[in-house]
Amino acid sequence: MAGRTLYDKLVDAHVVRNLDDSGLVLLYVDRTVLNEYTSPQAFAGLRAAGRKVWNPKAALMVVDHVNPTAAQRTRAMPDRGAARQVDYFAENARDFGIEYFDILDPRQGIEHVVAPEQGLVMPGMVIAAGDSHTTAYGAFGALGYGIGTSDIEHYLATSTVRYRRLKTMRIHLTGAAPLGVTSKDIVMEVIRRIGADGATGYAVEFSGPVVSNMSVEGRIVMSVMIVEAGARGVVIAPDQKVLDYLKGRPRSPKGEMWERAARSWLTLASDSDARFDREVTLDVSEVAPLVTWGTSPDQAIAVTEIIPDPGQQAAPERQAAASRALNYMGLTPGLPIQSVPIDFAFIGSCTNSRIEDLRDAAEIFRGRRVAEGVRAIVVPGSTQVRAQAESEGLAKVFTDAGVEWRQSGCSMCLAMNDDVLKPGERCASSTNRNFEGRQGPGARTHLMSPAMVAAAAVTGHITDVRSLLRGARQ
Amino acid sequence: MIPFGQVTGVAAPMMAPNIDTDVIMPKMFLKGVDRSGLGEGAFNLLRFSGGKPNPDFILNQDGYRDSCFLVVGPNFGCGSSREHAVWGLQQLGIRALIGTSFAGIFNDNCANNGLLTISLEAGVLAELAQAVTDSSRNDVTIDLAAQTIRFDCGRRSIGFDIEPDRKEAFLTGRDFIASTLVVADDIRAFEARHRAENPWIV
Ligand code: SF4
Repeated sequence: MAGRTLYDKLVDAHVVRNLDDSGLVLLYVDRTVLNEYTSPQAFAGLRAAGRKVWNPKAALMVVDHVNPTAAQRTRAMPDRGAARQVDYFAENARDFGIEYFDILDPRQGIEHVVAPEQGLVMPGMVIAAGDSHTTAYGAFGALGYGIGTSDIEHYLATSTVRYRRLKTMRIHLTGAAPLGVTSKDIVMEVIRRIGADGATGYAVEFSGPVVSNMSVEGRIVMSVMIVEAGARGVVIAPDQKVLDYLKGRPRSPKGEMWERAARSWLTLASDSDARFDREVTLDVSEVAPLVTWGTSPDQAIAVTEIIPDPGQQAAPERQAAASRALNYMGLTPGLPIQSVPIDFAFIGSCTNSRIEDLRDAAEIFRGRRVAEGVRAIVVPGSTQVRAQAESEGLAKVFTDAGVEWRQSGCSMCLAMNDDVLKPGERCASSTNRNFEGRQGPGARTHLMSPAMVAAAAVTGHITDVRSLLRGARQ
Repeated sequence: MIPFGQVTGVAAPMMAPNIDTDVIMPKMFLKGVDRSGLGEGAFNLLRFSGGKPNPDFILNQDGYRDSCFLVVGPNFGCGSSREHAVWGLQQLGIRALIGTSFAGIFNDNCANNGLLTISLEAGVLAELAQAVTDSSRNDVTIDLAAQTIRFDCGRRSIGFDIEPDRKEAFLTGRDFIASTLVVADDIRAFEARHRAENPWIV
C-alpha cells in the first residue's frame, strides 16, 4: 500500500463516518474562529431552530472585519450596520457561552493572526471557520479551511462539517531566495504559474528546503495566500520551529502535557512514498519581487517587467479578461510597471501584518519619508503585534516617515470599515486580493510584499525594493 | 435549502474567468445580520452605474432580464467565503449555474442553499454558451432527476454528472443539520476517543 500524505492522515483522523463511497465524510472539526460578518445568520439559524452549540469551548469570537482602525480606539463602529453586527455578535457570545474578544480586548486582532498568537492552533487539528483564509493554520500542520455561513451553523450545532476529500498537490520549493524576495513573492510566483484556479479542488502541501528554512510567519503568508490559486486546505509538516513558536503561548499545553503533545506533533508528516495528485516544483532563486497588474491575483509580473499585452493570452476569454483588467486598472501595455505612480500604500491583512512584515517594512521606511501626495497606513494584524512593534521602536520609524500607525483589523484588505479608497485611487497593498472593487468601488489594487509597499510609498511609484535595499547598505 | 426538480427558464452567458464573490456581492451589502436585501447587492457594481441600470450588463438586456440560469466561465465564485453571494443570486432569481469549474467554498455554499451548480466539459459548455448568447435561443430546461439540460429550443439535450448524495439533497431540499444530528451518538463516541488520544485539545 502506498504511503499517505499528511493531508490524508489529518482527514482520516477526523472522520466520524463516511457519508457515501466517493469521499464525502462527516468530519470532526476541533476548533473554529467566528467573525462578526459571516456568523450572524448562522446564530440566527440556531436560534430559529432552538439548537445549542455543541461545544462552545471550541470556538472563539473576535471582531476584526468591520471595526475602525483609527489610532484612538473606542467601541464606536463606523456605521449602523457594523454597530448592529457587533452588538449581535456580543449577544450571541453571551447567549451561547462562547469566548469573545471585543474591540477593546488586548488580544483583539485579525482572526488568523490572533488564533495562532493565543496558541489556539495546534498541529494535527482540523479547524474550519467562516473565512477563506483559514488555510493560514496549515503553517502549523493543522488542516484549516474556509466555510460559508450554513456550514458554520452546521459546525456550531454538531462540531462536524460535511466534507468532500480533496485531491492533493505538493508544492516543492528549492534553491535560495535572492535578497529582497520574500515568502509573499514566492507564493505570488506559484499563483501566477498555476493560475487563479490552479489549486481549485486541491489541498496543498508546501515542502522542501525553502520551507524548512522559512520562519513560521513566512509559512503563514504562503498558507494564507495560496487560497488565491483556489486551494481549499494547506498543510506543512510541523517541525522544531513550530514548537518554538507555540511553546509558552497562553493556550498551548504546559509541562508534561506539552512534552507529550510535542512528541506527537513531530510525527506528523507525509510518508516518504506518499503520492500526490499533482506536483509543482519551483526554484526560488529565479524569483524576483512580484507585483500584480490586473484584477486577479494571478495577473502578476516581476517588478522589472513591462505591463503585458492582452494579445499574448492564448484563449479569447483570457484576452478579454486581461483587456478588461487593464482598463479597470487604468494601465497601458508595454510600459514598465515601475513607472506607475501610486496614491496610497497599505500594509496590513492576515497575509502580511505580523511582526516580521512590519520589521521588513520598517527597514525601508527607516530614515526615509513617504513621497509627496501619497498616503501610507500600517494596520498591525493584532493588538499584540501593535504593542510589540511599539516596544521594538517600529511604530516610531513609521510615524517619523510620515506613515499613519493604526489599530488592528482587516481594514483596507476588504474595506468593510471606514478605510476605503476612492474610485480611481491606486494602492500598493500588502494584501491578498486585487479584485475589482475590493478596496472600494473603482479602487485599483497592486498586490506586493510589505517591503515593496514601503518602497512604493517612499518613491511615489511602484519600485523594485532591491534598489532601496542596496542603497540602504552603501 | 430550496428543493430543485425540473426548472425551465432563460439562461444568460457570463463567460469571464474568475468572477469572484466580491464582484457577485460587494462589501456594501454585507452589513446585515439576516439575509434580506441581497438581491439588490448581487453584481451591484456591474448592474448599476450612477444609480441607473448599466445597459452593458447582460442581465439588463432585452431577453435576459428574467434569467434564472447563468452559464459561467471557469473558477466562478472564487475568493471570499461570503455566503451572501449565494443568497443574493437566489434573490435575483438564479436557480442554477452551469460552468466548467466552481470555487470550493462557493460550491459548498450553493449546495447548502439549493442553488444547483453543474460542471460540464469545456467543449460542451461552449456549445451551450453559444446557443444562449442568442436571445431567441436562450431557453433552457434542467431536469435534475434525469440529469439532463435541454437547450437550443429543445433541439439539444446533454447529460451531466452529479454525486448521488448531492442529487438526493437537491431533490429533497434536505436539512443537513437535522440529518447530522440523527447520528449524534457517533459524534459523541468519536469525540471521546479523539480527546483521549489528543488530551491537549479542548
Ligand atoms: S485581512 Fe483580509 S483576507 Fe484576511 S481575514 Fe481580514 S478581510 Fe479576510
